[in-house]
Amino acid sequence: MEGVVNLQLSSKSVGVFEAFYNSVKPIQLISSNIEVAKAGKIPGGKTEIPFEFPLHTKGNKVLYETYHGVFVNIQYSLRCDMRRSLLAKDLSRNCEFIVHCQPQKAKVAPTPVNFTITPDTLENTRERSLLPKFLIRGHLDATHCVISQPLTGEVVLENSDVPIKSIELQLVRVETCGCAEGYARDATEIQNIQIAEGDVCHGLSIPIYMVFPRLFTCPTLETTNFKVEFEVNVVIVLHDDHLITENFPLKLCRV
Amino acid sequence: MQSLQMRSRGRNYEAELQRCRPEVALVEFGDYHPLKPIMVTDTKTRHGARKGSTSSSSSSSSSVPPDPLSSMLDGTDPLSMFAAASASETPAISRSASAGDLGRKRKEKEEEAVGADFEPWSSKRGEILARFTTTEKLSINLFMGSDRGKAPSPGSSAVSEKVRTRLEELDDLEEGSQRELLNLSQQDYANRIEELNQSLKEAWASDQKVKALKIVIQCSKLLSDTSVIQFYPSKFVLITDILDTFGQLVYDRIWSMCSDPRPLPDSFTVDDVNDTAKETCLNWFFKIASIRELLPRLYVEAAILKCNRFLNKSGIQETLPRLTAMIKGIGDPLVAAYTRAYLCRVGVEVAPHLKDSLNQNFFDLLGTFRQIGGESVRKQLALQRVEAPEYLTLYSPAISWILQCIAYRAPEPLLTEMMERCKKLGNNALLLNSVMRAFRPEFVADRATDFIGMIKDCDEAGFPKHLLFGSLGRSLACADPPESERLTILNEAWKVITKVRSPRDYVNCAEIWVEFTCRHFTKREVNTILADIIKHMTPDRAFEDAYSQLQSVIRKILTYFHDFSVLFSMERFLPFLDMFQKDSVRVEVCRSIMEIFIKHQLDLTRDPVILNAMLHICKTMHDSVNALTLEDERRSLALLIIGFIRMVSFGRDFEQQLSFCVEARATFCNLEPVLVQLIHTVNQLAMETRRVMRGSHSRKTAAFVRACAAYSFITIPSLSSIFSRLSLYLLSGQVALANQCLSQADAFLKAAVSILPEVPRSISVEGKLRSSESFLLDFTNNFLAMLLVVPDHPEHGVLYLVRGLLNMVQDYTWEDNSDAKVRVYVSALPLLAAMGQETYVYSVPKVDSNETLYGGDPKFLSEINKLCETLIGQILDHLKVLGRDEGTRRQGALAFSLFGVLLAHGDLRNNKLSQLAVNLWNLSHKHGHCEPRVSVRTLEFVKHQAQQPDMSHLSDTVQRLTLQSRT
Repeated sequence: MEGVVNLQLSSKSVGVFEAFYNSVKPIQLISSNIEVAKAGKIPGGKTEIPFEFPLHTKGNKVLYETYHGVFVNIQYSLRCDMRRSLLAKDLSRNCEFIVHCQPQKAKVAPTPVNFTITPDTLENTRERSLLPKFLIRGHLDATHCVISQPLTGEVVLENSDVPIKSIELQLVRVETCGCAEGYARDATEIQNIQIAEGDVCHGLSIPIYMVFPRLFTCPTLETTNFKVEFEVNVVIVLHDDHLITENFPLKLCRV
Repeated sequence: MQSLQMRSRGRNYEAELQRCRPEVALVEFGDYHPLKPIMVTDTKTRHGARKGSTSSSSSSSSSVPPDPLSSMLDGTDPLSMFAAASASETPAISRSASAGDLGRKRKEKEEEAVGADFEPWSSKRGEILARFTTTEKLSINLFMGSDRGKAPSPGSSAVSEKVRTRLEELDDLEEGSQRELLNLSQQDYANRIEELNQSLKEAWASDQKVKALKIVIQCSKLLSDTSVIQFYPSKFVLITDILDTFGQLVYDRIWSMCSDPRPLPDSFTVDDVNDTAKETCLNWFFKIASIRELLPRLYVEAAILKCNRFLNKSGIQETLPRLTAMIKGIGDPLVAAYTRAYLCRVGVEVAPHLKDSLNQNFFDLLGTFRQIGGESVRKQLALQRVEAPEYLTLYSPAISWILQCIAYRAPEPLLTEMMERCKKLGNNALLLNSVMRAFRPEFVADRATDFIGMIKDCDEAGFPKHLLFGSLGRSLACADPPESERLTILNEAWKVITKVRSPRDYVNCAEIWVEFTCRHFTKREVNTILADIIKHMTPDRAFEDAYSQLQSVIRKILTYFHDFSVLFSMERFLPFLDMFQKDSVRVEVCRSIMEIFIKHQLDLTRDPVILNAMLHICKTMHDSVNALTLEDERRSLALLIIGFIRMVSFGRDFEQQLSFCVEARATFCNLEPVLVQLIHTVNQLAMETRRVMRGSHSRKTAAFVRACAAYSFITIPSLSSIFSRLSLYLLSGQVALANQCLSQADAFLKAAVSILPEVPRSISVEGKLRSSESFLLDFTNNFLAMLLVVPDHPEHGVLYLVRGLLNMVQDYTWEDNSDAKVRVYVSALPLLAAMGQETYVYSVPKVDSNETLYGGDPKFLSEINKLCETLIGQILDHLKVLGRDEGTRRQGALAFSLFGVLLAHGDLRNNKLSQLAVNLWNLSHKHGHCEPRVSVRTLEFVKHQAQQPDMSHLSDTVQRLTLQSRT
């Protein structure tokens, strides 16, 4: 049995961080070996051999939840080797198993986050004057989310000069690798869910609802070597292909 | 062979009859008698036995012994016993039934929860497909597996469109492949969708679950495409079929996963579901939750809504409102409305008790109603060149369905509230229409006046008003509004309907209202409406496109007006019929009228109005017959016309009736069965006259019956079937004779004899070619029997007709190897014997037969005897021939029948004759083909006869008759 955190650098940051390349080598969280059956003959037919492992970590490491990302991968696997006599090849089989942590906190009190988007609230625009007028309001029921519960909230398009093409929720992971000397921070999209299509009715509350995908999300993680965080973007695409994005960092946990 | 004198023995018919009559025994009431009507008096027993009580609750009052059939059954008949048994066994059977069976049963049960009075989606389906059609070209755009969108391919512009489609068709539905099918006709489109449905099933069966899901997602994506908007409702129907298939597949799969040791009961709970099944189910939901686009995500999740039952109790209850809310995100109002309809449909199917989300759906719909008139919709309509009224009608199936779900068994206050909400919206015609279609007809009918008011207030530019009135009319056809309001309702409605310009819209609407009018009003109002329809439909021959609606108008009128005198007194009814100018439709309409007439006209009629109208209708049907008309068609038309002719009676006014028949003959000359019926009618008329005059005609009635005879005489030759001609000649001859029209009777019989040679050797009976011989034999026997009472014509010789017939028989080309001719001779002998008697066995009152004419003149008798002689000679010759040609069996039979005739009618005191009889007997037994039992019986009969006074000579003969078995 083995548990490993694999860190990988994105191609764009490779050049910068070659210097401390060492820091991105795999971190082994757990590793143990047991013999499940003594040497001998296995009788013909189906033989089931029971086994169990205590999940003891290596040294002072912590068992993180299983997570598959782009630059950070936390994976636990079982490998069974069967050594055979001289003339036959050894057999080996790999199998991943999933680790869920114990609930971290007893209860999270949801604190709604309200937002309003108008042309004036936007940063990062080149020609503010060319922007059409719009007013979008809404709220997220919580940014401190329970991973097994969907993200909820609502958006209201109060008014807009230009018809809307689509409203989408973009779930983004932010993976940070590195250490004290420096770090690489990369944001990648996990999934994108459309919640409104076409020119929606003004003044109507459109529900925000997103289920966190399994495997690709885990409770927000901060360690010395790497960080896994999540964010959600409310993306509003206008008919003239203007893209309006409102970013919300999320904190995921298991209850 | 020696020439033989046939002498008939003298007969005393009276005495013979006396002897033959069996003793009369009176049957006491209550005694058993085989012909006594069987009365089943015991009908309750069955129920009694089923309840387990043994007491028979027989209610019979008479002492009739129980019906042998019912007494055998001992209370319960076997069929109901089975029924009772199977009712108690069903649970046992179902336990062992296969999963598929159970699935079906489950479905049935669910439908039960909704109730039979809920009009199911399946019935709407066809209607929508038929109504929303397009001639525009459609396209299907499928991207399998990739969300990257339509990849811009710069090279594609160089390749022609067709080649491109073909190339793309080569691609399979593989990962990442993209297909765009262009220029599809509507039918092609439906076929493509069906193909997808098939490939979904195949993919599922071959365990390619991901591919199956992809197909479903791609299909539901098609629903966001509103180009060719007229077709959208049909597209919705086609694609939701696929979704239904998918939902069912997923459900069945998970269901079978947890049915491993034994099938899951119908009312399973979450605890009965094992973990693997739960995990699989959860997996589906996760997969679906990550579908990028809104519309597919909504549709697919709705499709597998039912699977929530595997996960937790409240799943459906929580999901429905969430999905309902999510629909708000759909911008296009039409797409949103249909998504709501689908959600409601699934919701009602899966959880009929959850009404709240239905209502919420409707309120949300109302909330987004203003979008329909919005900017983007208008732009789209302008682009597709679709008029606003047409666009609005696209909504009606969806909204009607949602409302129907809501209104089903809904309490009155809710409906009222819904109406109030609808009223608040400005342009509410569309809603109003759906409300009227979906809510209970009784509800609508009670408020009909309100509805009319609301319809009037509606915006003229939007939804067409005739559709609104059509919907109202449909409700009123099923439920009655308060009596006092009916006339105002009709007036108000018709005021609007009559103003509808387009004949098509007009007739669609008018057709619906005809039913209401027929139901509650008299012919006056219906007449007015007919007049109005005629007025609208006549210009530009608009009726040509509306035959089915006009036909339905006629059908509705016929359902409510069974009194044809009332029906035809509507001035506009016949002019209305004149609008059916296409032959096939016209005949069909006439036919339906006739069918109703025959079914409901119980009394004979002479009402000139009915007669004229019916004659007109029948003539129409008759005139449609041509050389190409099928035999069956002719027959059924003829039957209908005959049905009419039989209903006509002028009572004592016989002459009028005859002239009706004359007219009818002229009108229906192409249908033979009708002519035959007319001849029968006229013959009946003659006999009726005779009955009225008690047998003695006055000068006037005599002339009349001669006229009847003349009618038949000139009508019969126009028939083509030879046997109907023959039998009608004979029948009419009999009628004429009964009415003392001697020369007419003579003419009939002569005519019959003269056409005898025309009888073909084989005729077609029910499509098969059969020999006519037996028919001909039957006819001649019948004819011979008649000839006994026909007096000889004073100008022709003795037995003119008999000789004539026999000559014809002799000259007729019979089949080779047939005894038919000789058989006729054998059967002529009894006639000749009967003619020689002093008093004939039967006679026609007031007609002198030959007995009186000749009074036993020896010359007459010798004529008869000579004739007999010739006949017997001929027969014996034939017997000889048969003996030579190995026809011994036929020889025996023939000889025996001649023996029988001699025994019955011949005077066996004559030695020669008795010798002949003995010879015949021996001949018939010579080759042993004789039925011994018949021989024994015959012998016994002869012995019995010999004991009669003045028959003692027979005992000698008996001595000489030997039975073969004894030798």
